[in-house]
Amino acid sequence: MKGKRLIWLLPLLLFAGLVALMANHLGAPQQQVIKSHMVGKPLAEFALEGVAGAPGLALVDLKGGGPVLVNIFASWCLPCAVEAPQLQALKDRGATIHGIALRDEPADVAGFLARHGNPFTRIGQDPGGRMMLAFGASGVPETYVVDAQGVIRYQHLGEIRAEHVDLLMAELEKAK
Amino acid sequence: MKAFAIALLLIASPVLAEPPTPPDVPLSNPVQEQRAKAVMAELRCLTCQNQSIADSNAAQAQAMRMEVRERIAAGEEPEAVRAFFVERYGDWVSFVPPAREDTALLWAAPLLFLGIGVALVARRFRR
Repeated sequence: MKGKRLIWLLPLLLFAGLVALMANHLGAPQQQVIKSHMVGKPLAEFALEGVAGAPGLALVDLKGGGPVLVNIFASWCLPCAVEAPQLQALKDRGATIHGIALRDEPADVAGFLARHGNPFTRIGQDPGGRMMLAFGASGVPETYVVDAQGVIRYQHLGEIRAEHVDLLMAELEKAK
Repeated sequence: MKAFAIALLLIASPVLAEPPTPPDVPLSNPVQEQRAKAVMAELRCLTCQNQSIADSNAAQAQAMRMEVRERIAAGEEPEAVRAFFVERYGDWVSFVPPAREDTALLWAAPLLFLGIGVALVARRFRR
């Protein structure tokens, strides 16, 4: 009889456990990194108009030329300004970098490049933000290694810091 | 006073600003628009997680809505449109969990709990 009565405590205990589990996760950050599932997959056909005097960017420009970096940036994005010296460093070490200007005004892009330098060979304008879907990107800045077949080989989320330069050069080498 | 007002204005004017997103244009075909809306309600916004792209004002959500509308207007099935986003962002982007072997317990859980409930009630009444 005593055992029977205690069984009614079981739901209560389960509930307490659930509360403890949830309370435990309350402090956890909400925004988790959303990795692109496009890594390893070929990019679909695209063609973007150029901006700020740079020629535009299309899928054919990525193909055949060996692995390149594609950097999604915007003039209104602060981390993009932070990573500018690192992009320049990558360029100085021989990397070809193409830019995609996300949801930006041409004049703002030109101003951004004048302030922070222009490491880009080509810059495609993406006023609607549709290229984010093509790359599986979820924010700015993001940098991709694209091989000569137009396949995404590596995704770098967020700004490139000094310690990431070697890593990206290695990824470019791997994509050869 | 005037100088103060000017200073305030300078502080307030945005130096770096994301341009405003263009307004949503619903599809002219109401049946298609309804289908597109249904898909939007089940896709998760990337920048404002836990909100659907139908509910979000984020620029990226707007771009995703545009993609959904274009694909529906081109005659794609809602299931195919959802698959397009899952291919890019994983199962995570859809609010509807996929029906697969590893999610079987998730789908079976309501029936399982209903069964337990019925069994408990039946036992009570028998007594």
